[in-house]
Amino acid sequence: MTRVRSAEVFAAARAEGRAALVGYLPAGYPSYDGCVAALEAMVEAGCDLIEIGLPYSDPVLDGPVIQQASEAALRGGAKTVDALRTVEAVAATGAAVLVMSYWNPVLRYGVDGFARDLAAAGGSGMITPDLIPDEASEWIAASEAHDLDRVFLVAPSSSEQRLASTTRACSGWVYAASTMGVTGARTATSAVAPALVERTRRCTDLPVAVGLGVSTGEQAAEVAAYADGVIVGSAFVRRLIDGEGPAGVAALTHELAGGLRR
Amino acid sequence: MTATTPDATGHFGAYGGRFVPEALIAALDQLSAVYDEARADPEFTAELQRLLREYAGRPSLLYDAERFSGEVGARILLKREDLNHTGAHKINNVIGQALLTRRMGKRRIIAETGAGQHGVATATAAALFGLECTVYMGQVDTERQSLNVARMRLLGATVIPVTSGSRTLKDAMNEAFRDWVASVDTTHYCIGSVGGPHPFPVMVRDFAAVIGTEARQQCLDLLGRLPDSVVACVGGGSNAMGIFHAFVPDADVALYGFEAGGDGVETGRHAATITAGSPGVLHGARSYVLQDADGQTVESHSISAGLDYPGVGPEHAYLADSGRASYRAVTDAQAMDAFALLCRTEGIIPAIETAHALAGAQQVAAQAPGSTILVNLSGRGDKDVATAAKWFGLLDGSA
Ligand SMILES: Cc1ncc(COP(=O)(O)O)c(C=O)c1O
Repeated sequence: MTRVRSAEVFAAARAEGRAALVGYLPAGYPSYDGCVAALEAMVEAGCDLIEIGLPYSDPVLDGPVIQQASEAALRGGAKTVDALRTVEAVAATGAAVLVMSYWNPVLRYGVDGFARDLAAAGGSGMITPDLIPDEASEWIAASEAHDLDRVFLVAPSSSEQRLASTTRACSGWVYAASTMGVTGARTATSAVAPALVERTRRCTDLPVAVGLGVSTGEQAAEVAAYADGVIVGSAFVRRLIDGEGPAGVAALTHELAGGLRR
Repeated sequence: MTATTPDATGHFGAYGGRFVPEALIAALDQLSAVYDEARADPEFTAELQRLLREYAGRPSLLYDAERFSGEVGARILLKREDLNHTGAHKINNVIGQALLTRRMGKRRIIAETGAGQHGVATATAAALFGLECTVYMGQVDTERQSLNVARMRLLGATVIPVTSGSRTLKDAMNEAFRDWVASVDTTHYCIGSVGGPHPFPVMVRDFAAVIGTEARQQCLDLLGRLPDSVVACVGGGSNAMGIFHAFVPDADVALYGFEAGGDGVETGRHAATITAGSPGVLHGARSYVLQDADGQTVESHSISAGLDYPGVGPEHAYLADSGRASYRAVTDAQAMDAFALLCRTEGIIPAIETAHALAGAQQVAAQAPGSTILVNLSGRGDKDVATAAKWFGLLDGSA
């Protein structure tokens, strides 16, 4: 399978003079098939990059919406292999796909084996919300061996020194956490995110995408003015919790994608 | 083995470290720096010692429990942490962290709690230092330890019942981390055991180590020698590390940690993390974890809220792998038998957590009759009276 890499996606969006739209859903929610159908609808409607969450029992960086969906996915029997199958199904549409996972499920699967199977499924890489480069030697080696993007997070509290070392450890792109807090929709976009993106850019040429708190086309437009990518998670999950299904996430994608093209 | 010091980034061998969101790293670096600076500051040490002495009531007594000893067939020495202010060993750590909170200029302190003893200790220190305090507690635990919920509220703390996941200590800790990610500028997260990201495991152990330092000297004074073994219960592992630490270099002294065996390890309904778990990452550190084949945390079960946790501090994982300390499980029923025995032979009502150490001492005594066993009596049982009364069928006046 030819894998579409995040770097190509960011470059293509940049060529169009816009930011890339990154959409997140946890694997297995509302069901395996329901999740795949929703993700396919998001790709079809204009999500440039898909982030598939591996549901985890103790998601300390997630707010109530993603917690609820992850708990439901696990209760429904979602396994790590199902998340990898989801990657495969969505990658088959030609989209660039990353996994977002807390560290323990990957550690348990076997770091190298996970990297191998993720690459084989057509995945472009992985975002690691609770793994910092300082603890990541095994993942760095495995992602090199299997040619995967390593997306670590930077935060408003990161020192210049940490921005430098963390972005050096990243490949593909950098995830900038817009606020100090957990995932979830917020009414206002972050006031500190523009400064974080600027400080991050001084350390790296990699694309910088901003996540946490974006839920509307208006907010997406604001973030797109200063970032290379806009990451939306809880707002998509909310649509599924409300039973809107693929049509609901497609409608949100249209709204967000519209925001990026203003 | 000499006393264990983790490497500069908090690793005890393969365990420990920092597995947390980047957003928290600056706060953990600040805490490490402030703690290192405070440790080297004679004024900090003097203030800590003054509070432990004048406020918490240290040193705690070492008590030669003759009637209990007679029943179990070994000489049992009890380190009476139950006599500390607030009724458990938890106050030692909390006073240390409250002083650091003040030193960092933070105005708010948060904590997770299982049995409520750490929450009560944190609420107490918050009142003493004039800090705002929020305590996260699983809903199951707010029910079975309701006395401590009332104590925390009397002390001015906000208690938030946590309804996610298993609604016990693990989920309270998740919620405390979520609070901290958003509040870290003004808030210190006072972790209540020797788990969590570096520097918590080593820092909490150091603050708890006064237990073993005192007890070791008290044993020398009383016996003219060291005990044959040291026994403690292990939830997250703070009272155990607290009493073990001073004895780690004493190769002749056996160290035993007793985990909560719940209905029995073979039933799967237990909290025996080292006995039955495997290496993994939970709540910021690599250690033993109760997990399934996919690395999802498995819910723990114990009659004791304070031991009902599927993780354990990384230094215990290290001591277990190295063989320096041994870890075993005792069931709810064994713990409650030991609970009753201490009540009736010594007139001391222990915490149910602590009863696991007493049941463990019975096992060690059976193996080494006539030996001298130092037991950490980590807390008193007032909070557990309702649970015990129900267990023993005392509620309708029938017994
Ligand atoms: C009296 C008592 N002992 C033991 C524990 C278990 O904690 P740790 O293993 O950290 O000592 C608790 C926890 O709440 C407790 O209240």
